[in-house]
Amino acid sequence: MRVVVDLTLCQGYAQCAYLAPESFKLSGEEALMYDPGPDDAQRERIMRAAAACPVRAIFTEPAPGTKA
Amino acid sequence: MTGPIAIVGAGLAGLRAAETLRREGYDGKLTVIGEEAHEPYDRPPLSKQILTGWVAADHTTLPRLENLDDVDWELGRRAVSLDLAGKKIVLDDGRAVPYDRCLIATGVRARPWFNETEAELDGMFVVHTSDDSRALRQRLAAKPRRVLVIGGGFTGSEVASVCRMLDVDVTLVELADAPLSGALGGVIGAVAADMQRDAGVDLRTGVRVDAIESDERGRVDGVRLSDGTDLDVDVVVVALGGIRNTEWLTGSRLAASALGIGCDAGCRAFDGNAIVTDDVFVAGDVARFPHPIYGYQMMTLEHWRNALIQAEIAAHNMIAKEADRRPHVSVPWFWSIQFEVNIKSVGVPSMADQVVVTQGSTADRRFVAAYGLNGTIVAAVSFNDGRYLEFYERLIQEAAPFPIRLDNVDQATGDDPVPAAFPPQSELTNRPTVVLTGHSPTEMRVERKETEETAA
Repeated sequence: MRVVVDLTLCQGYAQCAYLAPESFKLSGEEALMYDPGPDDAQRERIMRAAAACPVRAIFTEPAPGTKA
Repeated sequence: MTGPIAIVGAGLAGLRAAETLRREGYDGKLTVIGEEAHEPYDRPPLSKQILTGWVAADHTTLPRLENLDDVDWELGRRAVSLDLAGKKIVLDDGRAVPYDRCLIATGVRARPWFNETEAELDGMFVVHTSDDSRALRQRLAAKPRRVLVIGGGFTGSEVASVCRMLDVDVTLVELADAPLSGALGGVIGAVAADMQRDAGVDLRTGVRVDAIESDERGRVDGVRLSDGTDLDVDVVVVALGGIRNTEWLTGSRLAASALGIGCDAGCRAFDGNAIVTDDVFVAGDVARFPHPIYGYQMMTLEHWRNALIQAEIAAHNMIAKEADRRPHVSVPWFWSIQFEVNIKSVGVPSMADQVVVTQGSTADRRFVAAYGLNGTIVAAVSFNDGRYLEFYERLIQEAAPFPIRLDNVDQATGDDPVPAAFPPQSELTNRPTVVLTGHSPTEMRVERKETEETAA
């Protein structure tokens, strides 16, 4: 799947790093590193991370077959 | 309804513009032209998590936030000219794409090493496309003897940071007195210099690379610096910024030059007479636009967020009624991640003449610095303190006085502002060469002067 994080908005709350640690990691104290092309098996965790982001910085593509 | 619409450039700006057009109800013919064969992809990871090896280089394809299945994607195709009067774009295969409205978002390309023979050597790299990043990743994974990074801007500093993460020896050469000083000034650049040296980067400032040596098989085998030093390196990363992709518009009668494509705050391109056009719009790294809060100075911003916002505004204005047009006036932002520090910026630091640390401390590498010009705040930069920057954004929006008075948390020691120490702007040698024609002052026109460069 495809993921992009608006790192202008990101403030390093790290909710995503707890909910989807395979795809989101902190580099140091507040810099976010993420996998923009994670395996589809990660979708549920990533959607949870996107929903939990306090500044709504995580953007994903709808799953195949669903309406954009 | 307007239509057809053509977008030249399939990066972040081109994609976001296409999404905005569809979201706002434009359902006519939409063509997106992109020189690279890839679908629109994100570039910031190319100098970070791609180079570390965590993420594959072809895994940064941007999500489509709207359904774009019915877009005509012309990928792997270059636009070679724009016919302003005939309202069409000519592609490198000779086909013409007619438009009623057109958006130019052709971005920048990496500035190559100036010596063409040296630039061809095995071991020379730039970092701009996903193919660039894939190639450099492979070389870094093969444990080079030492990497030389030429240029201490954000990309070069990020590459040096990745080298140290991978335990690869790296030298960074920067002509100014400190890395990042072009964007953040010499005072904050000095903090970046300390960060680099603490991480084990062999940082050399105030020098340039005079020659790149090669072995008998055409591989990089050492460099000579302007101070006479020889370095044993086998990989060179050229990080000298970008060149705006405007050459294809030379014959177009648009205000296109090495400085970018002039446009108004509504993203409408200027023609060569600097009169605004109605049908041609510009967004992203190539757009040269006036910013009201910086005295209406014309500026180009090579920032991720600028591409996003400007593309949305341009797309909106392409299909909006005149009374509904929006201006591109938001305060610029950018970020960089290097040496495990999150650097964020709001405003335009390089406009400033003074800087002062307002929160935290540079020794801890957790601080905010405010930048001022003539008694007004114009920018703020944070190192690992990004949560405070929205506060500074509001101060910039309000043209608040500088130095600022703070009654909030984590106050700095209260030093006085000091000169921000930006290096002198390099003289642009590639300005548009134009001549004025006509006799009557009310009937004069601007013509582009044919030079060897534009005739080529």
